[in-house]
Amino acid sequence: MIQNKGIRKAGIGAVMATILLAGCAAPPPGPIENDPNEALNRKVHAFNKGLDRALLRPASDVYGVVPNPVQRGIGNFAANLDLPGDVLNNLLQNNGPDAANNAGRFVINTVFGLAGILDPASVMGLPHRKTDFGETLHHYGMAEGAYVELPGFGPSTERDTVGLILDFALNPVGKLAEGDDAKIASGAKVLSKLGDRHRYSGTVDSILYDSADSYAQARMLYLQNRRFELGQTGGDAAGAEDGFIDPYEDPYGNE
Amino acid sequence: MVMNDTITRRGLVVAAGATALLGLLPRPAAALDTASARALIDMAIGDVNKVINSGKPEPAMYKDFEGIFARYADVPAIARSALGPAARGASAGQMSAFTKAYQGYIGRKYGRRFREFIGGRIEVVNAKPLKSYYEVISVAHLQGEAPFDLRWHVSNKSGKDLFFNIIIEGVNMLATEREEVAALLKQRGGDIDRLVADLKTM
Repeated sequence: MIQNKGIRKAGIGAVMATILLAGCAAPPPGPIENDPNEALNRKVHAFNKGLDRALLRPASDVYGVVPNPVQRGIGNFAANLDLPGDVLNNLLQNNGPDAANNAGRFVINTVFGLAGILDPASVMGLPHRKTDFGETLHHYGMAEGAYVELPGFGPSTERDTVGLILDFALNPVGKLAEGDDAKIASGAKVLSKLGDRHRYSGTVDSILYDSADSYAQARMLYLQNRRFELGQTGGDAAGAEDGFIDPYEDPYGNE
Repeated sequence: MVMNDTITRRGLVVAAGATALLGLLPRPAAALDTASARALIDMAIGDVNKVINSGKPEPAMYKDFEGIFARYADVPAIARSALGPAARGASAGQMSAFTKAYQGYIGRKYGRRFREFIGGRIEVVNAKPLKSYYEVISVAHLQGEAPFDLRWHVSNKSGKDLFFNIIIEGVNMLATEREEVAALLKQRGGDIDRLVADLKTM
């Protein structure tokens, strides 16, 4: 979250190395989790839970006192700053309609929505079509890789971790914003995350604190939802049968 | 033309006879098709929408959700699947106690999630055959939230049209439950009776 130019440059070097490595040794995604580093991931998970308990959850409770419309405005502002990066990824994915949608949305909300605090574009039929570099890498055939839980960021995969670093490195807003602007942008991002944590506190708490195995639950939720987002499962996807369970043919889940 | 008519007529008679014979076999009685699968989920969703906009206190809502689950879902199949390989070694008494406890647990657990849908609405947009059952696709519209995808898997293999799985934005309830129940059981040293006792309080 705290970005610094030096770290960013070092990050790009590491990313390039990782891409080359991942390109060679990427196993195909399967319905069963590919998690060779589970022991390490579980340690990171314990760390993330501690971080949530000590910092994120209490801070989000405090932030929750802020009136809803203000929270929403800050969330809108932060999301608006993601749009140039989304357009870049839409273009890299050769997805013209989404690129046009997100670019139009950015212009409208920036100009007529008080720099993105308001969201007139959604009303006009231009919803946010979220994307990220992980999706771009998927578009170019990079396999999901092993499951990873990242400190401070939570569930991810090898491919999505590379995508996350590239999103930070190549974000047009991050490149252009200097001084106070950059601080405001980072501040809005942090508050927006707190707002999300507050808004979804019931769900997040139930996964992290009420599950018998919160690590396994978080892993499963992330992988299934991510594959769905990338169109690998659900509806018209080629692999639509992934994870399909027949409790009548296979009542005890042996398959 | 005459030939054709005869064949067609005979074909119809044969088909009718076959259908009648099939009807006598101890097969699922309900004729499941896209329309009836859709109708089932339309009814279930109608009930869910009623509960989430009823303004009732939470414990009453959880009871209502449990009722909806019991009415529209194949609870024994879901419970057996959630318990996984351990169900094979369980006695009939253990299975029925587990199924009952599990139904309450699901009502509370998913009731809490559906509580976040208050003021929203769910609508069926499509239904289609998928493998050996039907998938009913619905969209949930929540306040201030992008609409999201909610799929219901419906089968009549229990003898009635019932749903046995829900997929929320790609997240598969049965798969998630299997993993969680396995972890719960492991925490209790594989003791199903203890699991049943604890589920009642969860």
